[in-house]
Amino acid sequence: MSVLKMQRISICALKKDRKAILEKLQSLGVLEVDIAVGGDSVGGDGVGGDGYFRKMDTAGQKAGFERAAAAADQALDVLERYVPEKKSVFAALEGKLLIGRGQALEIEENRREILRTAKKICGLDREHAEKLAEAVRIRNSIEGLAPWMSLDVPLKDSATKRTVLFPGTMPGGTTLDSIYEVIAEKAPDAVGADIRLISSEQSMVYLAVACLKEDAQAVEDALRSAGFARPAQTWEKTPAEEREELEQQEKTCAAETAEIEEQIRELSEHRTEIKIAADYYRVRADKYEVLGELPQSERTFVISGYIPQCEAGHVESWLSERYDCAVDIEDLKEDEEPPVILKNNPFSMNMEGVVESYGLPHKGELDPTTIMSFFYVFFFGMMLSDAAYGAIVAVVCAVLVRKFPRMSPGMKKSLKLFFYCGLSTLVWGILFGGYFGNIVDIVSEKFFGTAVTVPALWFIPLNDPMKLLVFSLLFGVIHLFTGLGIKGYLCLRDGKVMDFFCDVVLWFMLLVGLILMLLPSDIFASIAQTQIVFPGWLNTLAGILAAAGAIGIVLMSGRDKKNPALRIALGAYDLYNITGWLSDVLSYSRLLALGLATGVIASVINQMGSMLPDNIVGVIFFIVIFLAGHTLNLAINLLGAYVHTNRLQFVEFFGKFYEGGGRPFEPFKENTKYADVKEETIP
Amino acid sequence: MNILSDLGIVYALLGAAVAVLFAGCGSAIGVGIAGQAASGVVTEDPSKFAKVLIIQLLPGTQGLYGLLVGFITLSKIGILGGGVADVSVTTGLLILAACLPIGIVGLLSGISQGKTAAAAIGIVAKKPEQFGKAMLFPAMVETYAILALLVSFLAVNGIQV
Repeated sequence: MSVLKMQRISICALKKDRKAILEKLQSLGVLEVDIAVGGDSVGGDGVGGDGYFRKMDTAGQKAGFERAAAAADQALDVLERYVPEKKSVFAALEGKLLIGRGQALEIEENRREILRTAKKICGLDREHAEKLAEAVRIRNSIEGLAPWMSLDVPLKDSATKRTVLFPGTMPGGTTLDSIYEVIAEKAPDAVGADIRLISSEQSMVYLAVACLKEDAQAVEDALRSAGFARPAQTWEKTPAEEREELEQQEKTCAAETAEIEEQIRELSEHRTEIKIAADYYRVRADKYEVLGELPQSERTFVISGYIPQCEAGHVESWLSERYDCAVDIEDLKEDEEPPVILKNNPFSMNMEGVVESYGLPHKGELDPTTIMSFFYVFFFGMMLSDAAYGAIVAVVCAVLVRKFPRMSPGMKKSLKLFFYCGLSTLVWGILFGGYFGNIVDIVSEKFFGTAVTVPALWFIPLNDPMKLLVFSLLFGVIHLFTGLGIKGYLCLRDGKVMDFFCDVVLWFMLLVGLILMLLPSDIFASIAQTQIVFPGWLNTLAGILAAAGAIGIVLMSGRDKKNPALRIALGAYDLYNITGWLSDVLSYSRLLALGLATGVIASVINQMGSMLPDNIVGVIFFIVIFLAGHTLNLAINLLGAYVHTNRLQFVEFFGKFYEGGGRPFEPFKENTKYADVKEETIP
Repeated sequence: MNILSDLGIVYALLGAAVAVLFAGCGSAIGVGIAGQAASGVVTEDPSKFAKVLIIQLLPGTQGLYGLLVGFITLSKIGILGGGVADVSVTTGLLILAACLPIGIVGLLSGISQGKTAAAAIGIVAKKPEQFGKAMLFPAMVETYAILALLVSFLAVNGIQV
């Protein structure tokens, strides 16, 4: 339950060891490079001031590596499109490949060759796209030729000594008669113009016009006035010949496309190598980025950054044993805001993701994960509260975690979180007697004649909802008081005794007093259905506590204000927060509501399933309804329990003491995408 | 025998109908609104399907709460069991009143939650790593549906038939 303590490590070493040291640091992944501060102190150390150390310009190399990684990624995308990798439904859980050091070195050696393959794949893909475009163009041409097929001369202007022939189109519905009419009207001098209709469609008439050379212009103009247009494309040969040629081209094009696809398919055997090479380039790009930030003199370089205290010793001894270097480890300065890594016990570490999604602890804050984790699992189980559902969730998560050891750490944490939540649900289900709702009652009554009920270990919420409501609110009060208690602890730890007294103790007095006053009242009696009678002195004490707390809050909340009126006003306003506490506590009634929702809807499903009579059809119907209904109910209630458990932690619990806003630790490491290299055993 | 005095069971059934109907409509509208936003995100980035689907489902719970109250009501007045209970007009109206909270709050909170979910889907579209926070905003709206469910449930449960 803690935030790992960070230290600053500064390493000054010889340039000849630069590559080895940087690569080792990168593969260890325990150092967050932060030169900015370190650089200043290096410059201030004297020898030549800022002029002595320079930064190397590595932007070029970095960009080169990034381009290579991008090319490899692109090649993998292409491969995925042509030859999709067979993936199981659980592919997302499988995690990255794991390769040996030897294979990694081999790939590193052949990286240029692999990159060439990758580029070739990308090139083939471009060619493929061009071929496809060409095929479309050919197809369009063939279609464009179709109406001209019965024309037995080339589709273009042609001429003899005295006549010309030109093809064209006119709007749909034009007839030969109407064309001759137009010519007669608009070009009365043209004699002997001959029009041949080639074909006609709904919207277009295709025709060839033959006439004397000297009349050609007049005839064309006349026809134009009626909508004549030349064809968009002209051809050297007759349409039939042209088509044959185009079809030939289309075939060749298709063959070439297939050929390219085949080539890509053959290259797909390099997929794994390309993946590893892509990671190689990615990792190198990161290295050069860091390298560009390092201050370097003629012979030495300096690297500095944050390192968890527990790792600092190893790194120091490892470095100073092998290289001539100066390693300096120091505690952080007061005003530094270090990055955060959470460290928790094996159970609670699975809830770190929940805390991260709210925000990591700010400097000086407590890591709330451990305390939260118990409440988290407790509340989750209470909201789902069905033994069968809990068992299913736990078993599924356990099997997945076991079956896919290489899944990403975040995924593993989530699954383990749900595993524990499933166990908790199982326990609550047994306490409340819920197994798929009331499946045992329904099945035994319907199919075996006698109703059997599995007795609840504690009580059945549906029969006594008020009792569970009271318990829900009680758990809520415990949760909230824990939160307030942590705030008190933090105040004491930081030595703010005044804050501890005013903001925590006074509130505890007020709240405890109010609760003690509420318990013997008639309102509570009607809710809990039992009258609690306190001895007289306790009632008096409750009154005194509440009054003292309230007065204290009114007087002390605005203690940093000098103006007494303002101070009292602020105090009164703070006292108004009592309504906030009320709504916080009532918010825990969702523990009851969501638990009921699971149980009742499961019963609805069971009831629906058992509507048909007890025969083979009835049994099949029951099984179908059972499977579909409970899958849906489990899914939606799992979602509900998750969301509302988070809410109770984030809003009600964290609201009392926790702000978050810390910066996650982002070490200089091998940020791979596809494959991790197996860690060599540290010599 | 006045026909009006036989109407008890009708009022009670009307109560169940109000709970299921209004809460169901609220959820349907809410899930619909969120679904439009979710579809938009998936057209751009199909890999976010699972995340946006989860957020789209959040306004769906009001319908289930309505179903829950409706179911309890039906079994209370014996319609589910086969033997319809003899429900007086007063009891019938009591049940109708008890069903109103989840019906009305379910309708309105379902719609609001749908809008909030649509906005939360916007968060996932731009910052998928903030999924945890995005899921929380719609859940805030749901609190009030849960409170209404509780009151409806406790009231129906407490009415003696």
